[in-house]
Amino acid sequence: MNAPGEAAPIPTGPPLAPPRRLADLAFRWIALLAALTIVALIGLVGWELYHGAGPAVRRFGIAFLGNSTWDPVTDRYGAWPFIFGTLVSSAIALVIAVPLGVATALYLTEFAPVRIRQPVIMIIEMLAAVPSVIFGLWGIFVLIPWMRDHFFRWLQGAFGFLPLFQGPIYGVSMLAGGIIVAIMILPIVTSISREILRSVPDLQREAAYALGATHWEVIRVAVLSYARRGIFGAAVLGLGRALGETMAVTMVIGNRPEVSASLFAPGYTLASVIANEFTEATSDLYLNALFELGLVLLILTVLVNVLAQLMLRTITGGASGKVN
Amino acid sequence: MPAAISVHPSRGQQVWRRFKSRVMAAVMLTCALAVMAPLFLVLYNLVHEGATSLDWHFFTQLPKPTGEVGGGMANAIVGTLVLLAMAAVIGVPFGVMGGVYLAEYGSDRVNDWLRFAADVLNGIPSIVWGMVVWALLVVPLKTFSAYAGGVALGLMMIPLVMRTTEEVLVLVPQGYREAALALGIARWRTIVVIVVRTALKGIITGILVALARVAGETAPLLFTALGNNFWARSLAAPVSALPLQIYAYALSPYDDWHRQAWAGALVLMALILLTNILVRFLSRERRFA
Repeated sequence: MNAPGEAAPIPTGPPLAPPRRLADLAFRWIALLAALTIVALIGLVGWELYHGAGPAVRRFGIAFLGNSTWDPVTDRYGAWPFIFGTLVSSAIALVIAVPLGVATALYLTEFAPVRIRQPVIMIIEMLAAVPSVIFGLWGIFVLIPWMRDHFFRWLQGAFGFLPLFQGPIYGVSMLAGGIIVAIMILPIVTSISREILRSVPDLQREAAYALGATHWEVIRVAVLSYARRGIFGAAVLGLGRALGETMAVTMVIGNRPEVSASLFAPGYTLASVIANEFTEATSDLYLNALFELGLVLLILTVLVNVLAQLMLRTITGGASGKVN
Repeated sequence: MPAAISVHPSRGQQVWRRFKSRVMAAVMLTCALAVMAPLFLVLYNLVHEGATSLDWHFFTQLPKPTGEVGGGMANAIVGTLVLLAMAAVIGVPFGVMGGVYLAEYGSDRVNDWLRFAADVLNGIPSIVWGMVVWALLVVPLKTFSAYAGGVALGLMMIPLVMRTTEEVLVLVPQGYREAALALGIARWRTIVVIVVRTALKGIITGILVALARVAGETAPLLFTALGNNFWARSLAAPVSALPLQIYAYALSPYDDWHRQAWAGALVLMALILLTNILVRFLSRERRFA
């Protein structure tokens, strides 16, 4: 516009000249369109999956969800073994990751010396950056052989009276899948829990100290009870991640569409069956059925994520976008 | 619960309570160590198994035919870089402009909904993106292609970049905008040359984080880029990528391929960790006012 040093002309007339307003308007619309791609993408994902699943939805109806037969040879499809596998492996992951993650978050906010907080947080963020396929590789060649020979045997010896820990041990199993997923959702559960704990007012802690509480009593009485709802939100967000986890689970869960009480038995998840069979689907109906599995997975994850966002939003103003 | 804190605690009670507090502190420290352990174990095994397999051939040669020893992942390394470049072409403009809208325009209500939508989109499983892009591009083009793989990764990047861009733009002091507007600079120029310029490092950081995130994705590439044991002749042909090659080799029955899977994983992990370290270095200097 003006060369430096030269005095700007004194504006006359209306504050915004028409050509400039046009550029402003155009820029604003471009930005709006870019932001609206988000909404368009959600619509696109939903429509493509619904469209792909259509024939299967019409053919099998609601029974698809409860049917345990998955037989591409005779074109009979049911989603139950996969829904079961997804829910069980995610449940195992939550049982492991939530206590560990919350305890780590507590350690970081309440106990750790300030000096080592940042390095620990950094290490946990790095854990979040490890790709799923690398966890799978590590699971196959390191974690599973070790667990098969030691940890699973010990579990069977100690808790073998429970149906959960009976039956032959192959290594690849529902339990192995759950453990790998637990490792993968630990960073997000930890970091959201940390945000929540940091939002607990110090006044709460000081009041408990003033009453003569010990460090642990302060945490239990003042911090945890205050943060309970937010921690629940962190767990639900972790669940959302766990449900959709694909590669690492596919590599360690055994990929057999069975419903078994034993955690040592191989399982199969919605995401794994899509990953394994999508490019091999020979008939149209087979493909439609896989799309319907995708639709079930999408609906599950979106519902869980919306729930988590609603729970966290009221507390932290939506801190969840930051991690991964 | 407050019953544990009685008004006149006996000496024994106090000792017990303090002891319990110590024990819980130790438990939490143990948990924190347990959470960090997998990273070190994975890194140890990657270096231990992968470093011995890394040689010049790994970076320069194509995969050998099934069962033959030797060969490398040159095509997969190039494939990953090509896919990332294509992802950036889609993810960066949409993500950054969307972030500009969220930070600079838009009413609070609309922005709340948009942010909510972006977070929901972030939560969609990556395998679902693969199916969507398969239906969108692979079916009409009648071939798996680098285009499809790049689009799948690019679409995943949009909400990531949008959220981080918005986060750094709102950190730019309001006074900068007011000063620029008071000088008679148009709103759009204020945003481009003042606001975005000031926050540029933060925006680039966000883009790098998003790239590092999608660089390791396998699931969205399975039915889009598909994988290819040779050099791709064009962007309209199937292309290999490091995660795809690692996946295929890890599940193969050959020891030599397992060895190469570890090597590939080491290269991929190094790529991602270096990006993360670069980001940390960039964001350390990110202070505005």
